[in-house]
Order: sequence, then C-alpha cells, then structure tokens
Amino acid sequence: MKQFIGFLKKEFLHIFRDPRTMMIIFLLPIVQLLLFGKVINTDIQNSRIAILYQSHDNTTREITSKLVSSGYFVLGEELMPGDDVEDVFRKGKVKMVVTFGPEFEKSLERDGKAEVQLLADASDPNTARILTNYASGIINDYVKKEKLQNLQLPNQINTEVRMLYNEGLKSVYMFVPGIMAMILMLISAMMTSISISKEKELGTMEVLLASPLKPIQIVLGKVTPYLLLSFINALTIILIGVFIFGVPIKGSFVFLMAESFLFIMMALSLGILISTIAPNQMVAMFISVLALMLPTILLSGFMFPIENMPLPLRIISHAMPPRWFIVIIKNIMLKGTGILFVWKETLILMFMTFVFIALSIKNFKIRLE
Amino acid sequence: MEVQKGELFGLIGPDGAGKTTLMRILMTLLIQDKGMATMNGFDVIKDYKKIRNMVGYMPGRFSLYQDLTVEENLNFFATVFKTTVSENYDLIRDIYIQIEPFKKRLAGKLSGGMKQKLALSCALIHKPEILILDEPTTGVDAVSRKEFWEMLKNLQQKGITILVSTPYMDEAMLCNRVALMQKGKVLDIDTPRNLVDGYTRKLYAIRSNDMHRLILDLRSYEKTDSAYAFGQYLHVTGKDDEVEATEFENFLMRKNHQNLEVFDIQPTIEDVFMELLGIEE
Repeated sequence: MKQFIGFLKKEFLHIFRDPRTMMIIFLLPIVQLLLFGKVINTDIQNSRIAILYQSHDNTTREITSKLVSSGYFVLGEELMPGDDVEDVFRKGKVKMVVTFGPEFEKSLERDGKAEVQLLADASDPNTARILTNYASGIINDYVKKEKLQNLQLPNQINTEVRMLYNEGLKSVYMFVPGIMAMILMLISAMMTSISISKEKELGTMEVLLASPLKPIQIVLGKVTPYLLLSFINALTIILIGVFIFGVPIKGSFVFLMAESFLFIMMALSLGILISTIAPNQMVAMFISVLALMLPTILLSGFMFPIENMPLPLRIISHAMPPRWFIVIIKNIMLKGTGILFVWKETLILMFMTFVFIALSIKNFKIRLE
Repeated sequence: MEVQKGELFGLIGPDGAGKTTLMRILMTLLIQDKGMATMNGFDVIKDYKKIRNMVGYMPGRFSLYQDLTVEENLNFFATVFKTTVSENYDLIRDIYIQIEPFKKRLAGKLSGGMKQKLALSCALIHKPEILILDEPTTGVDAVSRKEFWEMLKNLQQKGITILVSTPYMDEAMLCNRVALMQKGKVLDIDTPRNLVDGYTRKLYAIRSNDMHRLILDLRSYEKTDSAYAFGQYLHVTGKDDEVEATEFENFLMRKNHQNLEVFDIQPTIEDVFMELLGIEE
C-alpha cells in the first residue's frame, strides 16, 4: 500500500509539474464547453433580414413587427419594388428577404388569401431552413389569430407542434452531453496512454519493471490520478451546463455521476490498452486522436445524426462508446429516466470496459519487448 | 561464465557486442533464446520476482524522472522497494552526500556526473546484493569517471557483487575480472592482469606527421600483421616477433614519412582485445 501511495504521489507530481497536462486537464474542458455553447451556436438569434414591400398597409407592418419582436430576426434593410434582391444577398448583409405581395391586406380580407415570399440564403442550408420555418410559423400564426377569426373556413387541419425535452430547440442541450463524452475520452484515454508510454519512451519503465512493483500496481498507479481528475471534470462540465447554459438535470444526479464513472472507467481501460500497443508518446497520441477523438466527434451522433449516416458508418457507430454514453446522459438529464430505460446502453459500456481490461492484461508486458 | 560473490566484474566490448542484452537478461527484462542464467541461484525466467527484489539496476540511459527533484526521485525508489531513505542511508551516504546540496533541483537539470551519482544512489537504496550497471560512465567527464570507479570499489568493500559494462578499455583494468565480448560472444574471461600478461607479442608504437597515410602504408607492408590507431600512436605488430623496429622505420622512411617515431611499448588490455578480435575473424 505504501508503495502504491508513493507511486500516486509521483504521478500527481508529474501532472502538476507539466503545464501542458495541466492545461489539457483543467482549461480545455471549460474552454471547449464555452466555445461550443456560446460561439459555435446553431441557434437562430438576431438574423438580419430585409423586407420588400409591394404594398404598404397595416397587416404587412404588423407582420414585420411580429417578425422582429420574435427575437429571431433583426430588420436589416427595407427594399422597394424594383430593387435588386440578389444584390442584397451577394453583399451578405441579410440572410433572408421577406416579400409581401401587392394589395396584401385587401386580398387577405377579400379572398382569405395573400401572398408572401421568403427568399433565404441557402449557401448555409441549415440556417436557411430554420429561418424560413420560423418566419412562416410566425406569419401563419399571426394571420390565423388576428385575421381569420371572423372568416369561416371549411375543413381545416391545424397542426400543433411541441418540441418535447427541449422546447427552445437549444443546441447546448446537445453539446453538453457531447462535450462531456469527448473530454472524458480525451483526458481518460489519451492522457493515460500518453503517461504510460512516456515511461516507456524515457526508459523509466525499464527501471519500474526491474523493481518489485507488480504490473497491476504500475497500471493502477497510472490510472488513479486520471480517474480522479476526469471525475472532477465531469462534475465541472455538468455544473457549467446547468448553471451557465441552463441545461436541466431531470433525472437522478447520483445516477448521472455513476454512469459518468462507468464511462470514465471504460475510457481509462481503453487508454491502458492503447499504451500497451504504443511504444512512445507520439504513437499513443496519434492513436488516441485518430481512433478516439475523431470518431467520437463524427460518429457518436454528437455532431451529425446517426440516422442520416450511410449504413456502413451506422454499423461502425455501434462500436463508439460515446454513442451509448450520450444516449444515457441525454436520457437522464433531459428526460429524467432511470436505469430501466438505459440498462441496455449501460450494459454495452460495461461490456466494452471488460473487453478493454481483458485485452490490456493480455497485452501488458512484464518484460521489455 | 560466472561472477563470484563480492566480485567487481567487467563486461568489456564495443557497441553492439551484446553487453546490454546480457544485462537485461540477468535483470529479467528479456528472455534469452537459449541457455540459462541464474542470479544468486535464482533462475532469471522462473524466479524473476525474487531477483527483482534483490538486484540494483542502473540502465545505460539515464532512467530517472527528470521532472522530479533529486530528493523526490530517491524517495520514490525507496518506497517502490518498500524501504526508506533513512533506513539504508549508510550505504549511499558517501555518494549521496555529493549531490545533497542539490536535492531540491530537478533531476533533468543535473550535470552528467551528478545524474550518474543520483542513479547509483537510487539503484542502491534497497541494499541490493547484486548491482548491475550498464555503461555507467559513458558520456561522463574523466574526473567524474574516476570518482565513479572509486565509489564502485567502496561498494565492493561492503560486500556487493557488481557487474559493470563499459566500452572504455582503461576501466577494464579496475575490475577484478573481465569478460571480453564481441558480437554476442564472450571471447575471453580472466583478470585484466593475466589477460595483459598473456599477450606475448612484440608491440610497437609508431607515429608520424601524416597518420592517415601511415596506417595505409603500414597495412600494405608485407611484414605487418596488424596496425591500429591508439590515441596519438598506431599500435603495430609484425608478422612474427623477429620483425625489428628499425625495419618499420626504414620502410616508412622510404615512404617519406616526416617526424617518425617508432618504439617498443607494453601491451594494454585493448591490444589484447584487438588480438582476440583478429583471431576471431
């Protein structure tokens, strides 16, 4: 036991004396979360639009003010008939142009029908789709409530949409679980594998192997600090998510932390496995980034929906541990479900942990190559 | 090959001779392809755990933690071997006292000689019965090298069996016995004295202004057996011991060598080694 504590002390000294490690462990999670949460934001807010009036009347003015007061749009420019609409887009000043047809109010009141055109800059297709959806929603809503009440319309079906679990369609609800998976993967798997392969590279592993330390002591000594630090990170990310971005935790907090713990264990055992293969820090880093980080970001459903992927990628995504972890935390945080609804994902993570540990033990060398 | 208890035994040979490999096998870090080896009677494959407890090892590369201080390194290795620095301080005092003023310094910032002293202290911290040192003096200045060998002698006095490897022939003379190694083979084992005494051939030291041409000319001379660069001189043997110094001198004069010096010289262990290599090939 004293041996083990001595080893731990040494590991913490390594971590605290290396500014790069410190930065990755303590700064990276916060910076990344803030970046994704604040800057890389796919939510629509204050998009500049232009309005082209072919008729100036009360209704068009009211619709305009509805659009602007929604918070999604800012009025950038007012165009007159005959103005070159494309020119406005080319200048890149506005994302969408709303054109009201001639005699808007009159035809609406006379025929119950009027024309409005939404032109969107689809060089960014996602934004264009969201903008036009929002705008048509606002316009329809207004017309239905304000104008059509007195009109008798035959057989109408009203669709009512509610976005459950994320009413505001906030992307940060997606990013918090995703980033948590990514950071835990990074710190647990990458840092462990680097720190073990560093001993190999610097030749200190030779001395450790020639000492009475058991392999299990070496590995546990290497892993424990990162287990602790990863856990602190998981906590930090959740706290930032809750208090800065307002992501709810509807389920049990203890259960959430328990699942995070499982995921960290999985990532750590993966890190050990990588270090048994990698002869030096460079290779360990390479494997970690190529085999862990990129797939975590691209294939876990964090950035891109798995359903939209071609079949081979969908199959591969099953092997991505973060995929299951993201499902689990989203369920706990947003839907408030318990183990009954995520037992399958939990079992998969446990199984992966078990496999990685078994492979690591098989691969760990009590001697030099 | 056998190393006696309490002996200071040297493995001598050029790079690639297999010194490190042999040491790693003895340290239970590598498994030999064939044959067997024991340390204090323990088999290096079966009883590797016991061996790892009783041997001190200092690899060829500086293998301590460069980002830990001198003191932290020593304490770490003490706990790893389930002991404390104070418990075995007697053994390392003479060595550690020299680096103690720098105990708060990071190991990576020490000079080459001090690094070796620290590494030796760490290897000794658990009072090993056997000490294995892989080229401990490579890359260390001449003064530190001399100091280092004095330390080894002192440790030997305390009853520790020491196996040390070195590419420096002059250090071989400081060992009780040496094994001359080349390409994974042991060419000869004996005390350095006996090895040198066993060298009966007549040896000449020769130099001139143009050493490069000198060695080429000598090697082309029909009465020359071998000619090797050795410091500022060439060490030359004739085809048989009848060949006189004057014969070389006359031959070289004819070849227009300036400032020629030719004289008899006592053989060193390196000459023995070269001789053995020649026979081997």
